[in-house]
Amino acid sequence: MTTPTVRLCHLYPDLMNIYADRGNIAVFQHRLAWRGVRLEVTEVSLGDALTGEHDLYYLGGGQDRDQDLVADDLQTKAAHLRSAADDGAAQLYVCGGIQLAGHSYVAANGDRLPGTGVLDLETTAGTSRLIGDLVIDAELEGESHRVVGYENHVGRTALGTGCRPLGTVVHGYGNDGASGAEGACRDRVIGTYLHGPLLPKNPWLADIVLRWALDHRYGDEAPALEPLDDHYESAARTVAEKRATLNR
Amino acid sequence: MILRLACLVARRAGWLSRRLGRGGGTTVPGVVLLRLRPNAVAELGAQLKHGAILVSATNGKTTTTRLIVAAAEALGLRVVTNAEGSNLERGVATALLLGTGDGPADLAVLEVDEAALPAVTRALQPRALVLMNLFRDQLDRYGELDTLVDLWRDLLDDPTAVTESCTLVLNADDPNLADLGRSRSNVVWFGIDDASHALTERAHAADATRCRQCGHAISHDVVLLGHLGHWHCTNGDAQRPAPTVRATAIALAADGQAITVAIDDSPLTMRSGLAGLHNSYNLTSAVAATYALPGIHGHRAEAARAIAATPPAFGRGETVVVNGRTLNLLLAKNPTGVNQNIRTVLSGAEPVHVLALLNDRTADGKDVSWIWDVDWEPLNDRLASLTLSGERAWDLALRFRYGGFDMDKLAVEPEVPAALDRAIAATPAGETLHALPTYTAMLDLRAELTRRGLVDEYWSEP
Ligand SMILES: [Zn+2]
Repeated sequence: MTTPTVRLCHLYPDLMNIYADRGNIAVFQHRLAWRGVRLEVTEVSLGDALTGEHDLYYLGGGQDRDQDLVADDLQTKAAHLRSAADDGAAQLYVCGGIQLAGHSYVAANGDRLPGTGVLDLETTAGTSRLIGDLVIDAELEGESHRVVGYENHVGRTALGTGCRPLGTVVHGYGNDGASGAEGACRDRVIGTYLHGPLLPKNPWLADIVLRWALDHRYGDEAPALEPLDDHYESAARTVAEKRATLNR
Repeated sequence: MILRLACLVARRAGWLSRRLGRGGGTTVPGVVLLRLRPNAVAELGAQLKHGAILVSATNGKTTTTRLIVAAAEALGLRVVTNAEGSNLERGVATALLLGTGDGPADLAVLEVDEAALPAVTRALQPRALVLMNLFRDQLDRYGELDTLVDLWRDLLDDPTAVTESCTLVLNADDPNLADLGRSRSNVVWFGIDDASHALTERAHAADATRCRQCGHAISHDVVLLGHLGHWHCTNGDAQRPAPTVRATAIALAADGQAITVAIDDSPLTMRSGLAGLHNSYNLTSAVAATYALPGIHGHRAEAARAIAATPPAFGRGETVVVNGRTLNLLLAKNPTGVNQNIRTVLSGAEPVHVLALLNDRTADGKDVSWIWDVDWEPLNDRLASLTLSGERAWDLALRFRYGGFDMDKLAVEPEVPAALDRAIAATPAGETLHALPTYTAMLDLRAELTRRGLVDEYWSEP
């Protein structure tokens, strides 16, 4: 039997990578490899056609100028991403990614950057940056887990009725600093402001996304993801949570 | 309050703060002075006979400032400078206050924080601005790199801050800085011509990947350090300016380097105790900055000798002997700096022992995600032992776990004394232990070395 493989499409890795997005990809790769599954990565950037079938899509965060370039280019890929989401492919959007996955982003000067509309949400630039440790209680697959990270964004994100928050804020700002909501999800799509990067300290969330991807590819034949020894991850998560609660 | 009285009060406040054991000797006098006399930096600066030279960059500003000070002193100038870590406006105010205590000095050579540069430049209207590089740093402090480039552009466009007589000493190898100097006449460009130190590809953390003129990709013929190198816009509207001050030949060793710097094609070879290609940039930029020194004409060789003779700054390649092992202190501030440290570590022949310390206090950057942008992977083949410490030691452990490292070689000891013990025990006597601490972790490590009687107390006074 050939090695089971997850097909990852990494969107704009050359531009949207400032919040250690490479760490999230490394987590996908290693947590699959430790279970005998291969990760096949296709990098797609400006001007590249988005074709073929992928089980998992990833888009990280970038600088404003790069985000402008990406927003324009994403219009050529939006229909593909929306139909992949409807078709049950897993998609993870982090930092700038969550903004570009919504309907649009309205900058401080009123300029409107179009998004892909994969997630039913709108983002508007605020007057201050929301920066700091971020701890949430995330709910996925009927389970609730504490998820930790760091946030740094000027955008305030409001969810429509087509998606729900990823979780509720325990420490930090989240989507808008007021509603207590953090992130967004629908079907197998997750958007979040959590970086740090997101996945290394939160293997529970990483494994859910990977299970979705395997299920998209193999359905009932999907190989199971055996539990791993995650004591490094647990220790780092505990420290991050403690640092977030300290009044610094 | 009149300036003289304000200075008196501010000096007294600094003295008191030290007497009470509260530290703050490099900031308290400046804070008090600026409170009493908001214009004090400009007023004290106006008393400098030859004005000021300001040095700013993400990496290398402390070392380069020291090098320029050495060159200026070799010319017989009385120089005011600021202690490392006090490079905000209040630190500059402290330096000017304490440095002009016994009458006006000739020249100030000051390192200035990237974001504080506009305010300090507007106050001092310097005779030269030495701008060396901009890399991805503590994102939570500055927002984004582009924001900083825009801030500097506005500054250079302001003729009341950067006057016609101000010399801009700019790095031709950094596409962002090259763009800042575009179509300006008062620029001294410096760069490294020796392509034998080229990397095979840009580091993961490379930042300036798009042309600031047209948005097309920047392509490198030679990558030297991060995004520094011989570059051009693929759309053809921008390229690396030809440097006037160029490092034409560099021979790197574990304990220093021989570097030949050509100025208008007349070469000058220096032997320096500063190791690593990042220091080649520091040395070259300091030589370029001598252009702006008063009285340099006919004394270039003396200035260069003084630059070459300058030892490493605090924690930047300093070595300390601990239980028969050489502890090599390499401050780890941001991805490009650490990549460069790793290159330096690997320039030796032996198996490699590393002690990495990560804190997340304000001076370190509270967002530790930058450790993922560091290319640690080249260490993997040669790594014999790795000890991880600091408040965020477990985050480092994850970086190595997901970097494919052998976790059996690695130990996590968040407390510095235990980490030092373990790292020393894992390093055979006679070999080198490379310590890579973030800024506050460096202070913690230094305090532990002091407690063990191995180094003098670090006293950050100007
Ligand atoms: Zn161009």
